Amino acid sequence: MVTAPDFLRFLLDAGFDFFTGVPCSLVQSLIALLEERGGYIPETREDAAIGLAAGASLAGKQPLVIMQNSGLGVCLNALASLSLLYHLPCLLLITWRGYQGKDAPEHRIMGDILPTLLATLQIPHRILGAATVPDAIRWATETLRQSRQPVALLLPPGVLQ
Amino acid sequence: MNLADALAVLVPLLRDELVVHANGFISRESFTLSDRPGNFYMIGSMGLASSIALGVALNRPERRVVVFDGDGNILMNLGSVALIGATQPQNLVHVVFDNEAYGSTGNQRTISAQVALEEIARASGYPRVRRVDTAPALLSTAQEFLAQPGPSFLLIKIEPDREERQISRITHTPPQIAARFRAEVSQQRSAIS
Repeated sequence: MVTAPDFLRFLLDAGFDFFTGVPCSLVQSLIALLEERGGYIPETREDAAIGLAAGASLAGKQPLVIMQNSGLGVCLNALASLSLLYHLPCLLLITWRGYQGKDAPEHRIMGDILPTLLATLQIPHRILGAATVPDAIRWATETLRQSRQPVALLLPPGVLQ
Repeated sequence: MNLADALAVLVPLLRDELVVHANGFISRESFTLSDRPGNFYMIGSMGLASSIALGVALNRPERRVVVFDGDGNILMNLGSVALIGATQPQNLVHVVFDNEAYGSTGNQRTISAQVALEEIARASGYPRVRRVDTAPALLSTAQEFLAQPGPSFLLIKIEPDREERQISRITHTPPQIAARFRAEVSQQRSAIS
Protein backbone atom coordinates (compact mmCIF):
# COMPACT_ATOMS: atom_id res chain seq x y z
CA MET A 1 0.00 0.00 0.00
CA VAL A 2 1.11 3.57 -0.70
CA THR A 3 0.55 6.21 1.94
CA ALA A 4 -1.27 9.43 1.09
CA PRO A 5 1.77 11.63 1.92
CA ASP A 6 3.91 9.58 -0.48
CA PHE A 7 1.23 9.67 -3.17
CA LEU A 8 0.89 13.45 -2.84
CA ARG A 9 4.67 13.88 -2.93
CA PHE A 10 4.84 11.96 -6.23
CA LEU A 11 2.12 14.25 -7.65
CA LEU A 12 3.80 17.46 -6.46
CA ASP A 13 7.20 16.29 -7.74
CA ALA A 14 5.58 15.66 -11.12
CA GLY A 15 4.40 19.27 -11.26
CA PHE A 16 0.70 18.99 -10.37
CA ASP A 17 -0.36 22.29 -8.86
CA PHE A 18 -4.15 22.48 -9.09
CA PHE A 19 -6.40 19.95 -7.36
CA THR A 20 -10.14 19.48 -7.61
CA GLY A 21 -12.64 16.67 -7.79
CA VAL A 22 -15.54 14.81 -6.25
CA PRO A 23 -14.67 12.33 -3.48
CA CYS A 24 -14.64 8.56 -3.20
CA SER A 25 -13.93 6.57 -0.04
CA LEU A 26 -10.91 5.02 -1.80
CA VAL A 27 -9.14 8.41 -1.86
CA GLN A 28 -10.32 9.88 1.43
CA SER A 29 -6.79 9.97 2.86
CA LEU A 30 -5.49 11.88 -0.18
CA ILE A 31 -8.33 14.42 -0.18
CA ALA A 32 -7.92 14.93 3.59
CA LEU A 33 -4.24 15.66 3.00
CA LEU A 34 -5.00 18.06 0.13
CA GLU A 35 -7.52 19.88 2.30
CA GLU A 36 -5.01 20.12 5.14
CA ARG A 37 -2.46 21.54 2.70
CA GLY A 38 -5.00 24.05 1.33
CA GLY A 39 -6.08 24.86 -2.20
CA TYR A 40 -8.20 21.77 -2.96
CA ILE A 41 -11.48 22.80 -4.62
CA PRO A 42 -14.39 20.48 -3.73
CA GLU A 43 -16.45 20.42 -6.93
CA THR A 44 -20.16 19.71 -7.13
CA ARG A 45 -20.08 17.44 -10.19
CA GLU A 46 -17.36 15.68 -12.15
CA ASP A 47 -18.13 17.49 -15.41
CA ALA A 48 -17.83 20.84 -13.62
CA ALA A 49 -14.48 19.63 -12.27
CA ILE A 50 -13.37 19.01 -15.87
CA GLY A 51 -14.45 22.58 -16.71
CA LEU A 52 -12.60 23.97 -13.70
CA ALA A 53 -9.48 22.01 -14.67
CA ALA A 54 -9.79 23.31 -18.25
CA GLY A 55 -9.71 26.87 -16.89
CA ALA A 56 -6.73 26.03 -14.68
CA SER A 57 -4.91 24.57 -17.67
CA LEU A 58 -5.63 27.71 -19.72
CA ALA A 59 -4.15 29.67 -16.80
CA GLY A 60 -0.92 27.69 -17.03
CA LYS A 61 -1.55 25.13 -14.29
CA GLN A 62 -1.14 21.34 -14.40
CA PRO A 63 -4.44 20.12 -12.95
CA LEU A 64 -5.45 16.88 -11.25
CA VAL A 65 -9.12 15.85 -11.13
CA ILE A 66 -10.15 13.20 -8.61
CA MET A 67 -13.32 11.21 -9.18
CA GLN A 68 -14.99 7.86 -8.68
CA ASN A 69 -15.58 5.87 -11.88
CA SER A 70 -19.31 6.60 -11.53
CA GLY A 71 -18.31 10.24 -12.17
CA LEU A 72 -16.60 9.34 -15.43
CA GLY A 73 -20.09 8.72 -16.79
CA VAL A 74 -21.10 12.22 -15.70
CA CYS A 75 -18.23 13.88 -17.54
CA LEU A 76 -18.15 12.08 -20.91
CA ASN A 77 -19.36 15.15 -22.84
CA ALA A 78 -17.05 17.51 -20.96
CA LEU A 79 -14.10 15.30 -21.88
CA ALA A 80 -15.21 14.84 -25.50
CA SER A 81 -16.27 18.40 -26.34
CA LEU A 82 -13.91 20.38 -24.09
CA SER A 83 -10.68 18.69 -22.91
CA LEU A 84 -10.14 16.46 -25.95
CA LEU A 85 -11.50 18.97 -28.47
CA TYR A 86 -9.44 21.97 -27.25
CA HIS A 87 -6.30 20.01 -26.27
CA LEU A 88 -6.55 20.88 -22.57
CA PRO A 89 -4.51 18.37 -20.55
CA CYS A 90 -5.43 17.17 -17.06
CA LEU A 91 -4.74 14.07 -15.03
CA LEU A 92 -7.81 12.08 -14.04
CA LEU A 93 -7.35 10.02 -10.89
CA ILE A 94 -10.31 7.65 -11.15
CA THR A 95 -11.12 5.25 -8.32
CA TRP A 96 -12.21 1.84 -9.53
CA ARG A 97 -15.38 0.78 -7.76
CA GLY A 98 -16.79 -2.51 -9.01
CA TYR A 99 -13.23 -3.77 -9.50
CA GLN A 100 -13.27 -7.44 -10.59
CA GLY A 101 -17.02 -7.55 -10.06
CA LYS A 102 -16.75 -7.34 -6.29
CA ASP A 103 -18.73 -4.37 -5.02
CA ALA A 104 -22.18 -2.97 -4.40
CA PRO A 105 -24.61 -3.48 -7.31
CA GLU A 106 -24.58 0.17 -8.42
CA HIS A 107 -20.87 -0.12 -9.26
CA ARG A 108 -20.94 -3.36 -11.28
CA ILE A 109 -21.61 -2.10 -14.80
CA MET A 110 -19.24 0.88 -14.66
CA GLY A 111 -16.69 -1.32 -12.90
CA ASP A 112 -16.83 -3.81 -15.78
CA ILE A 113 -16.59 -1.29 -18.62
CA LEU A 114 -14.15 1.27 -17.15
CA PRO A 115 -11.02 0.48 -19.23
CA THR A 116 -13.13 -0.10 -22.37
CA LEU A 117 -14.86 3.25 -21.89
CA LEU A 118 -11.54 5.09 -21.58
CA ALA A 119 -10.19 3.28 -24.64
CA THR A 120 -13.32 4.26 -26.59
CA LEU A 121 -12.74 7.90 -25.59
CA GLN A 122 -9.08 7.45 -26.64
CA ILE A 123 -7.91 8.57 -23.22
CA PRO A 124 -4.59 6.84 -22.35
CA HIS A 125 -4.70 5.15 -18.96
CA ARG A 126 -2.82 2.90 -16.58
CA ILE A 127 -3.90 0.89 -13.57
CA LEU A 128 -2.13 1.80 -10.36
CA GLY A 129 -0.54 -0.91 -8.21
CA ALA A 130 1.18 -0.44 -4.85
CA ALA A 131 4.63 -0.84 -6.41
CA THR A 132 3.98 1.10 -9.62
CA VAL A 133 2.62 4.45 -8.39
CA PRO A 134 5.78 6.56 -9.02
CA ASP A 135 6.29 5.06 -12.49
CA ALA A 136 2.64 5.48 -13.43
CA ILE A 137 2.56 9.12 -12.33
CA ARG A 138 5.77 9.78 -14.30
CA TRP A 139 4.25 8.09 -17.37
CA ALA A 140 0.99 10.03 -17.00
CA THR A 141 2.82 13.35 -16.68
CA GLU A 142 4.96 12.76 -19.76
CA THR A 143 1.95 11.55 -21.72
CA LEU A 144 -0.26 14.51 -20.90
CA ARG A 145 2.54 16.99 -21.63
CA GLN A 146 3.23 15.40 -25.01
CA SER A 147 -0.33 14.64 -26.06
CA ARG A 148 -1.92 17.84 -24.65
CA GLN A 149 -4.99 15.85 -23.61
CA PRO A 150 -6.44 14.14 -20.52
CA VAL A 151 -4.73 11.02 -19.18
CA ALA A 152 -6.21 8.69 -16.57
CA LEU A 153 -4.80 6.69 -13.67
CA LEU A 154 -7.15 4.04 -12.32
CA LEU A 155 -7.02 3.34 -8.60
CA PRO A 156 -8.33 -0.09 -7.53
CA PRO A 157 -9.08 -0.84 -3.86
CA GLY A 158 -6.09 -1.75 -1.68
CA VAL A 159 -3.47 0.48 -3.33
CA LEU A 160 -3.75 3.78 -1.41
CA GLN A 161 -3.63 3.55 2.36
CA MET B 1 -33.02 44.63 -26.02
CA ASN B 2 -31.86 41.44 -27.71
CA LEU B 3 -28.51 39.64 -27.39
CA ALA B 4 -26.81 41.77 -30.07
CA ASP B 5 -28.06 44.98 -28.42
CA ALA B 6 -26.76 43.88 -25.01
CA LEU B 7 -23.37 42.89 -26.44
CA ALA B 8 -23.15 46.23 -28.23
CA VAL B 9 -23.33 47.89 -24.80
CA LEU B 10 -20.96 45.51 -23.01
CA VAL B 11 -18.18 44.76 -25.48
CA PRO B 12 -16.95 48.39 -25.91
CA LEU B 13 -16.35 48.45 -22.12
CA LEU B 14 -13.84 45.56 -22.30
CA ARG B 15 -10.11 46.29 -22.03
CA ASP B 16 -7.80 43.55 -20.69
CA GLU B 17 -10.60 41.34 -19.41
CA LEU B 18 -10.52 37.63 -20.18
CA VAL B 19 -13.97 36.63 -21.41
CA VAL B 20 -15.22 33.04 -21.37
CA HIS B 21 -18.24 32.63 -23.66
CA ALA B 22 -20.99 30.05 -23.33
CA ASN B 23 -21.76 28.00 -26.42
CA GLY B 24 -24.36 28.86 -29.02
CA PHE B 25 -25.42 32.33 -30.06
CA ILE B 26 -23.54 33.99 -27.19
CA SER B 27 -20.21 32.87 -28.68
CA ARG B 28 -21.27 33.47 -32.27
CA GLU B 29 -22.79 36.90 -31.76
CA SER B 30 -19.79 38.15 -29.73
CA PHE B 31 -17.31 36.65 -32.23
CA THR B 32 -19.14 38.43 -35.06
CA LEU B 33 -19.27 41.76 -33.20
CA SER B 34 -15.66 41.82 -32.04
CA ASP B 35 -13.23 38.90 -32.00
CA ARG B 36 -10.38 39.32 -29.48
CA PRO B 37 -7.55 37.03 -28.27
CA GLY B 38 -8.87 37.29 -24.71
CA ASN B 39 -12.13 35.67 -25.80
CA PHE B 40 -12.55 31.96 -25.13
CA TYR B 41 -15.42 30.53 -27.17
CA MET B 42 -16.81 27.32 -25.71
CA ILE B 43 -18.43 25.58 -28.66
CA GLY B 44 -19.46 22.37 -26.85
CA SER B 45 -19.64 21.28 -23.19
CA MET B 46 -22.85 23.21 -22.54
CA GLY B 47 -23.13 24.39 -18.95
CA LEU B 48 -19.43 24.65 -18.24
CA ALA B 49 -18.57 28.25 -19.21
CA SER B 50 -18.74 29.44 -15.60
CA SER B 51 -16.62 26.47 -14.42
CA ILE B 52 -13.93 27.28 -17.00
CA ALA B 53 -14.02 30.97 -16.02
CA LEU B 54 -13.72 30.06 -12.33
CA GLY B 55 -10.71 27.87 -13.10
CA VAL B 56 -9.03 30.83 -14.82
CA ALA B 57 -10.06 33.36 -12.17
CA LEU B 58 -8.79 31.31 -9.21
CA ASN B 59 -5.40 30.88 -10.85
CA ARG B 60 -4.96 34.43 -12.18
CA PRO B 61 -6.29 36.60 -9.36
CA GLU B 62 -4.60 39.70 -10.84
CA ARG B 63 -6.65 39.43 -14.06
CA ARG B 64 -10.33 40.25 -14.34
CA VAL B 65 -12.32 37.36 -15.77
CA VAL B 66 -15.79 37.79 -17.26
CA VAL B 67 -18.12 34.96 -18.20
CA PHE B 68 -20.79 35.54 -20.83
CA ASP B 69 -23.28 32.90 -19.77
CA GLY B 70 -26.85 32.05 -20.72
CA ASP B 71 -29.90 31.00 -18.75
CA GLY B 72 -29.90 27.53 -20.31
CA ASN B 73 -26.20 27.14 -19.61
CA ILE B 74 -26.31 28.19 -15.97
CA LEU B 75 -29.41 26.11 -15.25
CA MET B 76 -27.38 23.06 -16.34
CA ASN B 77 -24.67 23.83 -13.78
CA LEU B 78 -26.14 25.60 -10.76
CA GLY B 79 -23.45 23.92 -8.70
CA SER B 80 -21.05 26.34 -10.36
CA VAL B 81 -22.99 29.32 -8.96
CA ALA B 82 -22.69 27.70 -5.52
CA LEU B 83 -18.95 27.05 -5.99
CA ILE B 84 -18.30 30.65 -7.10
CA GLY B 85 -20.15 31.80 -3.99
CA ALA B 86 -18.09 29.42 -1.86
CA THR B 87 -14.70 30.39 -3.35
CA GLN B 88 -15.38 34.16 -3.68
CA PRO B 89 -13.10 35.07 -6.60
CA GLN B 90 -13.01 38.88 -6.41
CA ASN B 91 -11.89 39.10 -10.04
CA LEU B 92 -14.91 37.31 -11.54
CA VAL B 93 -17.86 39.03 -13.24
CA HIS B 94 -20.66 36.59 -14.10
CA VAL B 95 -22.92 37.95 -16.84
CA VAL B 96 -26.03 35.96 -17.76
CA PHE B 97 -27.94 36.81 -20.94
CA ASP B 98 -31.40 35.55 -20.01
CA ASN B 99 -33.76 35.12 -22.95
CA GLU B 100 -35.77 32.40 -21.16
CA ALA B 101 -35.02 30.08 -24.06
CA TYR B 102 -32.62 27.58 -25.59
CA GLY B 103 -31.82 29.93 -28.47
CA SER B 104 -29.75 27.85 -30.86
CA THR B 105 -32.09 24.83 -30.82
CA GLY B 106 -35.24 26.75 -31.73
CA ASN B 107 -36.17 28.86 -28.69
CA GLN B 108 -37.66 26.11 -26.58
CA ARG B 109 -38.40 27.61 -23.17
CA THR B 110 -36.12 27.30 -20.15
CA ILE B 111 -37.52 27.75 -16.64
CA SER B 112 -35.89 31.14 -15.98
CA ALA B 113 -39.25 32.92 -16.38
CA GLN B 114 -40.33 31.12 -13.20
CA VAL B 115 -37.02 31.11 -11.32
CA ALA B 116 -35.09 34.28 -10.44
CA LEU B 117 -31.54 33.21 -11.24
CA GLU B 118 -30.03 36.29 -9.59
CA GLU B 119 -31.59 35.24 -6.27
CA ILE B 120 -29.73 31.93 -6.53
CA ALA B 121 -26.51 33.93 -6.97
CA ARG B 122 -27.40 36.16 -4.03
CA ALA B 123 -28.16 33.16 -1.80
CA SER B 124 -24.86 31.59 -2.91
CA GLY B 125 -22.96 34.59 -1.58
CA TYR B 126 -22.12 36.79 -4.61
CA PRO B 127 -21.69 40.21 -2.95
CA ARG B 128 -22.89 42.13 -6.02
CA VAL B 129 -26.07 41.03 -7.78
CA ARG B 130 -28.22 43.00 -10.20
CA ARG B 131 -31.03 42.29 -12.69
CA VAL B 132 -31.30 44.77 -15.60
CA ASP B 133 -33.65 44.95 -18.57
CA THR B 134 -32.74 48.23 -20.27
CA ALA B 135 -29.59 49.36 -22.11
CA PRO B 136 -28.93 52.38 -19.82
CA ALA B 137 -29.20 50.20 -16.69
CA LEU B 138 -26.94 47.62 -18.32
CA LEU B 139 -24.32 50.26 -19.14
CA SER B 140 -24.15 51.77 -15.65
CA THR B 141 -24.19 48.39 -13.90
CA ALA B 142 -21.55 46.89 -16.18
CA GLN B 143 -19.28 49.92 -15.63
CA GLU B 144 -19.68 49.48 -11.87
CA PHE B 145 -19.15 45.70 -11.86
CA LEU B 146 -16.06 45.92 -14.12
CA ALA B 147 -14.47 48.34 -11.66
CA GLN B 148 -15.42 46.82 -8.29
CA PRO B 149 -14.42 43.58 -6.55
CA GLY B 150 -16.75 40.63 -7.04
CA PRO B 151 -17.75 37.98 -7.56
CA SER B 152 -20.62 39.84 -9.18
CA PHE B 153 -23.68 38.55 -11.00
CA LEU B 154 -25.32 40.59 -13.73
CA LEU B 155 -28.55 39.15 -15.10
CA ILE B 156 -29.62 40.80 -18.35
CA LYS B 157 -33.19 40.13 -19.40
CA ILE B 158 -33.24 40.03 -23.22
CA GLU B 159 -35.75 39.21 -25.91
CA PRO B 160 -35.23 35.96 -27.77
CA ASP B 161 -34.47 36.38 -31.49
CA ARG B 162 -37.70 35.30 -33.17
CA GLU B 163 -36.25 34.75 -36.61
CA GLU B 164 -33.33 32.47 -37.25
CA ARG B 165 -30.11 34.50 -37.08
CA GLN B 166 -27.89 34.29 -40.14
CA ILE B 167 -24.70 34.55 -38.18
CA SER B 168 -21.20 33.17 -38.53
CA ARG B 169 -19.95 30.18 -36.61
CA ILE B 170 -16.57 30.52 -34.89
CA THR B 171 -13.95 30.19 -37.63
CA HIS B 172 -10.97 29.43 -35.37
CA THR B 173 -10.38 25.78 -34.50
CA PRO B 174 -10.81 24.86 -30.82
CA PRO B 175 -7.04 24.31 -30.33
CA GLN B 176 -6.43 27.77 -31.88
CA ILE B 177 -8.98 29.32 -29.50
CA ALA B 178 -7.24 27.64 -26.54
CA ALA B 179 -3.71 28.54 -27.66
CA ARG B 180 -4.33 32.24 -28.19
CA PHE B 181 -6.38 32.53 -25.00
CA ARG B 182 -3.59 30.77 -23.07
CA ALA B 183 -1.07 33.24 -24.51
CA GLU B 184 -3.30 36.15 -23.55
CA VAL B 185 -3.74 34.80 -19.99
CA SER B 186 0.04 34.55 -19.56
CA GLN B 187 0.51 38.27 -20.32
CA GLN B 188 1.41 40.22 -17.21
CA ARG B 189 -1.39 42.71 -17.04
CA SER B 190 -3.19 44.12 -14.11
CA ALA B 191 -6.80 44.82 -14.90
CA ILE B 192 -7.84 44.90 -11.26
CA SER B 193 -7.91 48.44 -10.00
